[in-house]
Amino acid sequence: MILAENLDQFGKDPWWLVLAKVVVIFAFLVVMTLFAIWYERKVVARMQVRPGPNRNGPFGLLQSLADGLKLAFKEDIMPRLADKVVFFFAPVISTICAFTAFSVIPFGPTVSIFGTHSPLQLTDIPVAVLLVLACSSMGIYGVVLGGWASGSTYPLLGGLRSSAQMISYEVAMGLSIVSVFLVSGTMSTSQIVEGQAGNGTVNIGGWHADLPAWYGILLIPSFLIYFTAAVGETNRAPFDLPEAESELVGGFHTEYSSLKFALFFLAEYVNMVTVSGLCTTLFLGGWRAPWPISLWDGANQGWWPVLWFTIKVLLLLFVFVWLRGTLPRLRYDQFMRFGWKVLIPANLIWILSLAGILLTINSDSLSGPGKFGVSVAIIVAALALGFVAIAMSRRNVTVVEIPKAHPGGRVGGSKGFPLPPMNLEVPPSPRAKLVIAEREPVSTGKEKA
Amino acid sequence: MTAADVLLAALGAVALGAGLLVVTTRHVVRAGLWLVVTLGAVAGLYLVLSAELLAWVQVLLYVGAVVVLLLFAVMLTRAPIGASDDLDRVRWPGALIGAGAGAGLVALFADAFHWSRVGLPAPGTAEAIGGAVFRTWVLPFELVSVLLLAALVGAIVVSRPDISAGPRSDSRPDPRGR
Repeated sequence: MILAENLDQFGKDPWWLVLAKVVVIFAFLVVMTLFAIWYERKVVARMQVRPGPNRNGPFGLLQSLADGLKLAFKEDIMPRLADKVVFFFAPVISTICAFTAFSVIPFGPTVSIFGTHSPLQLTDIPVAVLLVLACSSMGIYGVVLGGWASGSTYPLLGGLRSSAQMISYEVAMGLSIVSVFLVSGTMSTSQIVEGQAGNGTVNIGGWHADLPAWYGILLIPSFLIYFTAAVGETNRAPFDLPEAESELVGGFHTEYSSLKFALFFLAEYVNMVTVSGLCTTLFLGGWRAPWPISLWDGANQGWWPVLWFTIKVLLLLFVFVWLRGTLPRLRYDQFMRFGWKVLIPANLIWILSLAGILLTINSDSLSGPGKFGVSVAIIVAALALGFVAIAMSRRNVTVVEIPKAHPGGRVGGSKGFPLPPMNLEVPPSPRAKLVIAEREPVSTGKEKA
Repeated sequence: MTAADVLLAALGAVALGAGLLVVTTRHVVRAGLWLVVTLGAVAGLYLVLSAELLAWVQVLLYVGAVVVLLLFAVMLTRAPIGASDDLDRVRWPGALIGAGAGAGLVALFADAFHWSRVGLPAPGTAEAIGGAVFRTWVLPFELVSVLLLAALVGAIVVSRPDISAGPRSDSRPDPRGR
């Protein structure tokens, strides 16, 4: 299963080809962003039985372009209390990190471009996936600094929330990728795609089993955890707490306007495209054609793979929009508990058992039936551990005593501040005393006290 | 002087200069940002020395997580925009210790290597570093993890008065004001 190091084909492009690749990737991401905004609005609209944007251009396709132009012509407001330098650089950091991450995502195999043979990928390094993770963790600076530099309360709270969220979910995201490294034996994106080229076989006790080619099926727990963490990492619904309108106005970018706001918006959508692209590369076979098409020999050659890659990314973006259209937003403590107490421990158990199974299968000292027995034992032990953990968490549920609602009045003596009753009961209006008196008395905290 | 030498010297100068700015700036948050520059320059040094994995792990962990958490803690407690006057303590002990440690390290390296040339080791690939950490140096590695775990548990116990030792104080003011 371990692939030979074959990164020699990278780093040999002439300068004009490198420049062309950079420009094409930039254009791809910007066009994908414009398209994704329209796509999201249209899909959510169809889910809510309304037409969605349909005025600008065919099917409203030019709507996001119009919105972008409108943003560019708006007044650029600099808050008086802002830290000017950091306020300016925060959206720049966000955007640069978002774009840089895409430089190692492979679009296709080696093709001939004006007579030069070159892979359809800007570059690849032995630790390419770490580069994507590093870029997304640097992108947090844009959010946290933007929130702080605004010099205002809501952006600061929003910035703190989103940085806490992104850091927490990055841990789960990084752990879910570990299993791909374990199986493919490499961290380079092009070799991970190569590793999903054909079905692997596993030999357990003389019984040859075909393994699915895509890591998304072979390592389905990792795939699910990765996608969940990706939704949290990109601050998308149902994990869009940093932008909870009802609590934080707009989150970290409340004070931003005009092109600086547009940059934050761009970075969010580019990040969505990047995590979808990485998900495609790591779990869905990258640019390789899916099953029925892959029977055609030419499917994985030439320029066709760009199409398969784009379709897979668009499908993943559809899932993002689908989640937003269906699920209500989580509460902050539920969200954090889910990340730290469910995703990360489940991930650790899965990695441990996967590593055990891989060791068993590749070991020389065990016989066939022995391998089979040890593998089954590891799976059973992992499942048992999971069930014990679930049972423990159920048992530890304690009923918290809910404090009685404050009946209202003055807090802290007769000169204290007035407080309305906190039991959600409307205080009787002095003019309606007669009506109130005739009504059935409602039991309240005040009467019991 | 090869290109690598020039790069090493330049990145070293950036790391030192930014490190100096960390302790001299009067803005708390900007001190954190200069720390990012320092750590990033150190990651660049690793990259020039062809330790790719180490460089990206440095960016991922130190730049991307540790300093973000530092800034996070500063912003949770207090994060004034603009300069603050109460950041400095008496300067000479810090300067003395810093200069002493620097001079000691310089003396140590000069004594150990003189002007002998050391060839670049093999590229720091994931396999090489993994083999070194989990075969040769597995005991120190595990000791460090236990130390970190102990620090973590200690931090939780210190920060949560409801689970620490000693009698529980029930003299909390009643939230209902009665």
